[in-house]
Amino acid sequence: MNLDDLAEKAEEYRARDAGITHEVRVCVAAACQSGGSLPVLEALKAECDSGGTCKVKGVGCMGLCSAGPMVAIAPKGGAIPDSILYREVKPEDAADVLASVGGAPVERLHTPTDQPFFARQQRIVRENSGLIDPESFTGYVAAGGYAGLIKALSEMTPGDVLREMTTSGLRGRGGGGYPTGLKWSTVAKMPADQKYVICNGDEGDPGAFMDRAVLESDPHRVLEGMCIAAYAIGATKGYVYVRAEYPLAVQRMELAIRKAKRSGFLGSKIAETQFSFEVEIRLGAGAFVCGEETALMASIEGLRGQPRPRPPYPAEAGLWGYPTLINNVETFANIAPIITHGGEWFAGIGTAKSKGTKVFALAGSIKNIGLIEVPMGMSLREIIEEIGGGCPGGKAFKAVQTGGPSGGCIPAAHLDIAVDYDSLKTLGTMMGSGGMIVMDETCDMVDVARYFMEFCMSESCGKCIPCRTGTWQMHELLDRITKSKGTHKDLALLEELCDVVQATSLCGLGQSAPNPVLSTLRYFREEYEAKLTAE
Amino acid sequence: MPPPAPQPNVRVVTLTIDGKDFSARADETVIELCRENKIPIPSLCYMDGLSIWGACRLCLVEIVGQGRLVAACSTRVAEGMNILTNTERLQRYRRTIVELLFAERNHVCSVCVSNGHCELQWLAQKCGVDHVRVPYRQVRNEVDSSHETFRLDHNRCILCTRCVRVCDEIEGAHTWDVMGRGSDCRVITDLARPWGESETCTGCGKCVQVCPTGALVKQGTSAGEMVKDQHFLPILARRRHAQ
Repeated sequence: MNLDDLAEKAEEYRARDAGITHEVRVCVAAACQSGGSLPVLEALKAECDSGGTCKVKGVGCMGLCSAGPMVAIAPKGGAIPDSILYREVKPEDAADVLASVGGAPVERLHTPTDQPFFARQQRIVRENSGLIDPESFTGYVAAGGYAGLIKALSEMTPGDVLREMTTSGLRGRGGGGYPTGLKWSTVAKMPADQKYVICNGDEGDPGAFMDRAVLESDPHRVLEGMCIAAYAIGATKGYVYVRAEYPLAVQRMELAIRKAKRSGFLGSKIAETQFSFEVEIRLGAGAFVCGEETALMASIEGLRGQPRPRPPYPAEAGLWGYPTLINNVETFANIAPIITHGGEWFAGIGTAKSKGTKVFALAGSIKNIGLIEVPMGMSLREIIEEIGGGCPGGKAFKAVQTGGPSGGCIPAAHLDIAVDYDSLKTLGTMMGSGGMIVMDETCDMVDVARYFMEFCMSESCGKCIPCRTGTWQMHELLDRITKSKGTHKDLALLEELCDVVQATSLCGLGQSAPNPVLSTLRYFREEYEAKLTAE
Repeated sequence: MPPPAPQPNVRVVTLTIDGKDFSARADETVIELCRENKIPIPSLCYMDGLSIWGACRLCLVEIVGQGRLVAACSTRVAEGMNILTNTERLQRYRRTIVELLFAERNHVCSVCVSNGHCELQWLAQKCGVDHVRVPYRQVRNEVDSSHETFRLDHNRCILCTRCVRVCDEIEGAHTWDVMGRGSDCRVITDLARPWGESETCTGCGKCVQVCPTGALVKQGTSAGEMVKDQHFLPILARRRHAQ
């Protein structure tokens, strides 16, 4: 199969909806479903005239999760800014919504799409989210899906793919920011009969839901990325590791794998070439530490999910000792567009050292809670005040926590920083997987540190001593301080333990566990001191 | 002229440890080289003859020019490495880690059967732990005396997993494993059944001998009477590998 055959197929799928002029899209991702979007979809389907020019369909996440259930009326194939968007739609609004197709919007439900939340985004990873039916294989192909894979297989050698990845400057979206091209070529260079590709979907940071939305909204895009990776490094088997707390993501991924296999885009002799690649799903059983690559591999192998010392890195000795490529869901979702449009195109977006876009999950004390995708290098102020709409209720912004329990907080004074991997590091925090928890003036920063330490303590696997007992001790000290029972000696001890745990822990969970404490101490030390009692 | 020498499959490297030069095979780890040359490096989970665990973090060393500390047990030597094993920073970390262990469970030396023969106690002395600055957890832990010859006291366990590894790798029974998370972790026999009811335990006692503290001991021992003999391990392990 070549690109022309695929284009023909896409045209054939599009022709099935030839008589349709408008689409009524109902978000069926987890957030809107929990707000009751399925009954809305049912009501709209029942109300809609089946022979008409309008089609009702379930789609993935549109981004503004706090306004769900979301419904969009768009000209066929139109993007979100071109559509009429309705918020908090109820089943009884169905008739009004359908009546507004091609006409004036229903004022009481209408949400403008020219607001910064939609207008300022640049969607690469989420280009199909909210547009296509995540359960439809034909929908993905009709939207241009699998073109990247077919291009790689029919026009490029594995070496070409690796060069394109290196040119793109893509860095791992799971948090570390390791150059993806370098990781791929390392695995590709390893001589081995068997290699593996793993997609890390064990998203566990409090307040982060980017990967879930990608898996629920556009699962084929992740599969396509994995396929291209497997072709580039010479792997024949892949695993998607998803946490069991994401049942909808698991269900849609399973469906996507089945449909891709049936259509010849997975399995043996993909697209009539010599390349074969199988993908299976593995469920995480609720351990945060399984997001760490060596613990994740142990979990897939059926062992206790705990990390082991590196080196050897997975690229050298990974799953069952074979060379293994592990990338995050969002990283894989970036691959197909890079292959289709070229690495140069991708490298033109973002900052000098951080290319492309990043999906962020806005949560906490912010008006527009949901998912956004913006180019790297956008300032925090734009993200929080313009796109996010600032803190609700006229409260003053105090700090934003990035990187979850491994990251740190950024106070208002640094809001003008351009967000990329390196700039966040200089502020003592990290990009992480993209969770942003916004805190307003009423927030107690010592309690924030205590909360994250409690999280790390209960998620520590218990293997290495500094993390296992150090997080317990730090939590105990923070608990004392929040209850105004701590002394200056306790604070000094806390700082010392932060240093020990950071420097000596076995894996990233322990090494980064003190970060929330260190960063709140750096910017809000007076809050700690105000709570201390004189000894 | 002799025939050309066969290509060796492992190279020899030279490196510096604490200012002195050493040569080593490239497949040796830093801790092996240090033990061979009598350079003291504290460790609890590492044991010659068992697989590398890398969890006690006491054998951390500094490599000049490298930011992160590395565990001597899981790091292979390399040409030109410049290793420091006993800097002020490392001493401070080691002391704190040992303190953390003492505060985690109930290590009361005076009444312990391993008093005077305990690796944790010995390490504490070596690292200069004369008192514990962090709060004690004071958790009550169980004692399992159901086995006819041995006893398990969770109060003394430091979760080094030597018992788990020796049972799996040398005895081949895999009676032991770890359950739970974080500080609630504990070693278990079979599926967390009492040791005496274990269907897989062969009663060989290797776990008791390799246990560094008084967590696994012989029944009928009193304070200070439990002396352990670990000489069997390297010999058995080498015979295993020779097979």
